Amino acid sequence: MSVLVIAEHDNASLKAATLNTLAAAKKLGGEIHVLVAGSGCAAAAEAAARLDGVARVRVADAPIYADQLPESLAELVRQNAAGYSHILAPATTFGKNLLPRVAALLDVAQVSDIVAVESADTFVRPIYAGNALATVKSVDAVKVVTVRTTAFDAAGEGGAAAVEAIAAGADAGLSKLVGRELTKSARPELGAATVIVSGGRGLGSGENYRSVLEPLADKLGAALGASRAAVDAGFVPNDYQVGQTGKIVAPELYIAVGISGAIQHLAGMKDSKVIVAINKDPEAPIFQVADYGLVADLFQAVPELVSELG
Amino acid sequence: MKILVPVKRVIDYNVKVRVKSDGTGVDLANVKMSMNPFDEIAVEEAVRLKEAGIASEVVAVSCGLAACQETLRTALAIGADRAILVETDAELQPLAVAKLMQALAAKESPQLVIFGKQAIDDDANQTGQMFAALMGWPQATFASKIAIADGCATVTREVDGGLETVELKLPAAITTDLRLNEPRYATLPNIMKAKKKPLDTLTPADLGVDVAPRLATLKVVEPPKRAGGAKVADVKELVAKLKNEAKVI
Repeated sequence: MSVLVIAEHDNASLKAATLNTLAAAKKLGGEIHVLVAGSGCAAAAEAAARLDGVARVRVADAPIYADQLPESLAELVRQNAAGYSHILAPATTFGKNLLPRVAALLDVAQVSDIVAVESADTFVRPIYAGNALATVKSVDAVKVVTVRTTAFDAAGEGGAAAVEAIAAGADAGLSKLVGRELTKSARPELGAATVIVSGGRGLGSGENYRSVLEPLADKLGAALGASRAAVDAGFVPNDYQVGQTGKIVAPELYIAVGISGAIQHLAGMKDSKVIVAINKDPEAPIFQVADYGLVADLFQAVPELVSELG
Repeated sequence: MKILVPVKRVIDYNVKVRVKSDGTGVDLANVKMSMNPFDEIAVEEAVRLKEAGIASEVVAVSCGLAACQETLRTALAIGADRAILVETDAELQPLAVAKLMQALAAKESPQLVIFGKQAIDDDANQTGQMFAALMGWPQATFASKIAIADGCATVTREVDGGLETVELKLPAAITTDLRLNEPRYATLPNIMKAKKKPLDTLTPADLGVDVAPRLATLKVVEPPKRAGGAKVADVKELVAKLKNEAKVI
């Protein structure tokens, strides 16, 4: 049995999600290889080689992988899939985009978004926005699996794996990247933050979102998140969205401000260790999952909270 | 240009899901069923492309029970021209649906297939990507904007870090995200008209597709409940509890 983990990276470094995926791979047993496909990705490959539990890093370094387009990447994974019992990737937009394509090329099912490994062929995954947990067993020869990153603690360093170059595949030539508008922020990444301050419709505007929540996030060193309602209303960009179809987060502390708590939002944050809710509506469903609910006008409570934190 | 839009019949997104006490699944008896919201966005987008003179025909497809006809009628009421039901009582998993769509694409020769990015029942997020792979087509998942011109689709995608725009050579597969459009409400005249639009029924066997499941569901349980619901009186108490009780700040 051996496991291939597809690394998510930006050529210079590994994304944190790769470390959680590796942690899930370690629960399967067997030798673990990491595939790093990129352009000028030697630094990311070296970072993968230092991770605890990795036996070998396989690197496909070629310009066609610069933009991580799924058509060429999936073909590369298929070409290198022989001998692996499992192929894993994080359940991030990167992994969700790529891995079903790999599964179909291999004519196997994919098990999406696992939160636990029961055995080498049996996994637990949330369905219905996390309102149910299904235990599923794969009967395919190769298990293709995406991993919910918040369910597995990041793997650490301490390895010294061999790094081996592999040949790049053909350019599928079907698609090209036109551009990226990535949100630049000095704050921690939402998926990896230990504290998240999240805002909803109750903030009323993008201006209020920033003026009320940024001082609190600054004070706590927190990442900023939002409900779907706040994103749909244009308060903040799409990548702030926490929920069933946005990002799944599980920080130590999640502070929900002006968020009512729709099922779809709860699905994205209810595994947080401590949840604080500040909302003026005492009936808001968010209070049912909150460890500390404060029924108050957020425009007074949040600035007061900032000053209380000193 | 012809567009195919697969639509899935799922538990309505407003319904509180109940896990069956015997652990075999979720209770679907006497529960309101609707079109998967992401598929509704896909139908709306296809219809808008037709209204803009870019698409010539929009064909809605559903795979599953006979009751999926209702879902197809909803798609027809939004503005799809005709519908195809691939009828089966068998459990259909994403790879099987992707193969059924592949067989239909071979018959229908669409230039574009627009999928919802995920169904809100199994939350798998696979079928569009699997279909694209089987066809050897390019794909753009999580679309928030689609423009079609000169044999290419230019698609803005919602990704973890922000937005990404890709250009695909047609034919292509696209999966929709929430902010692609706001689906219209079907008007009564359009609901009436939809009843007269053609709806063909096929079976997986007609299409020569093996739909046998690859994953066995061993059990379905409720997730552990959070012991939430506690309130604090004011900000001072909140800060004190976070410091001394939860010890998270």
